[in-house]
Amino acid sequence: MVSGPARSRLIKVGGWVVALAPLTLLVADTLRHRLGANPIEAVLNRLGFWTLTFLALSLLPTPLRSWTGLAWPLRLRRLLGVTAFSYAALHFTWYLGVDQFFDLQAIGADIVKRPFITVGFATLLLLLPLAVTSTDGWVRRLGFARWKALHRLAYAAALLGVVHFAWRVKADRLKPTIFAVVIGVLLLARLAARLRTGPQRT
Amino acid sequence: MARWRPDILESETTPEALWLRRRDFLMLGAAGALSLAWPERTAAAAAPSGAALPIARRAELAGGEASTPWDDVTSYNNFYEFGTDKSDPVQRAGSLRPRPWTVTIDGEVKKPLTLDIDALIKRFPLEERVYRMRCVEAWSMVIPWVGFPLGDLLRQVEPTSKAKFVAFQTLLDPAQLPGQRRAVLDWPYVEGLRIDEATHPLTLLAVGLYGRVLPGQNGAPLRLVVPWKYGFKGVKSIVRITLTEKQPPTSWSRLAPSEYGFYGNVDPAVDHPRWSQARERRIGEFLKRKTLPFNGYGEVASLYAGLDPRKLY
Repeated sequence: MVSGPARSRLIKVGGWVVALAPLTLLVADTLRHRLGANPIEAVLNRLGFWTLTFLALSLLPTPLRSWTGLAWPLRLRRLLGVTAFSYAALHFTWYLGVDQFFDLQAIGADIVKRPFITVGFATLLLLLPLAVTSTDGWVRRLGFARWKALHRLAYAAALLGVVHFAWRVKADRLKPTIFAVVIGVLLLARLAARLRTGPQRT
Repeated sequence: MARWRPDILESETTPEALWLRRRDFLMLGAAGALSLAWPERTAAAAAPSGAALPIARRAELAGGEASTPWDDVTSYNNFYEFGTDKSDPVQRAGSLRPRPWTVTIDGEVKKPLTLDIDALIKRFPLEERVYRMRCVEAWSMVIPWVGFPLGDLLRQVEPTSKAKFVAFQTLLDPAQLPGQRRAVLDWPYVEGLRIDEATHPLTLLAVGLYGRVLPGQNGAPLRLVVPWKYGFKGVKSIVRITLTEKQPPTSWSRLAPSEYGFYGNVDPAVDHPRWSQARERRIGEFLKRKTLPFNGYGEVASLYAGLDPRKLY
């Protein structure tokens, strides 16, 4: 068995590897022309996919502990959440600076007129305060109860993120449905645990 | 004394109109810098492959723009019968058997036809037509199709006076078209045109691409090409063409009537409910470009005189 501090480091390093792997692969695929005929769209879609994936992953540790008793994934929640925000920020930056090339008029019209973009933008705005207050300092400043209440916005962000994806696809709802089911199960598990035992301490 | 002479040609300088549009010019410069940073395609582009077709005539109808490379035209496709990802068709098209293939032309015609695809192709001199192709998803290509005008075929079957529309149907065979195992759309894919649209000289039945037989992922062995309409009107792997008195159903408008109509005419002023149609990304380009009314084929406008353009999406 690995000792306490070594194990702790292993978990953190593992978390970082998982967080950075999709970005590394994306850069490698870009450099090797593996993104097909429309690389701008491919990058945008992949960044969106990983945002949703990390949002779902960040919601996993708590129910996982109540299902299996496994506690170590709880230490990765912050990293997973900040990673989700980072992919969301990259996704938006790519849309803004590459896909639309800073055409602020078109972007403004998109955000106001296209419900799927409105919802996507709202998702990013919900994640922003969570990323900002992700530090220990902010937990102290807000007090744990308020900090925790604020960070429940992650649930809304995950749901809105799925709506953003579902409203974007033309006909094939399979992938958004998978995200909806996974995130739905994770949120319902929390609700069930809460109904069973009252508010949980984490 | 030697006279100073410019060492660049007039044609190589920035066009005056562009120079005057300073903001656009700066944006272009920045875009150029960014596209330089974008990794160059180093791998040699694949040459067109497949059996060569005899071409009797050629018409360049894309404003002199370069054709989108063969690789891109044959690897980035919306052909949901093979799957809904753009890369699915090229990966799965091997299951389609485009020969032997039988096509039926029936309905409101005096001389219905059922014949083999190669017998059908032999009836017409093949033409190469370079057309712009604008997808409803706001990307576009320039494609050198090979085919013959649909109107030439329709004249041979002699439409009756009741023939007001033309309905098209894709092959229904989940063994060949594995995407049909999932009910993403109501299979088989069906499309339709008004008879005057169908007989317009620009409307093509394509059997090839880049001088070669059409690859499976592009709708082998026979597909429709209507260059002033969004790509979804270009029904692929056609087995039946039926002339009808009533407007036939079309796959996308059946799925989402608020998003797709019968006409599907390219119009930058009429947005898709979920995205703008004002601009498009030409595959291979960095900056989006303005979408042209009727995709630049304004000569068809007279077909729609008196109709509300907002109803022609």
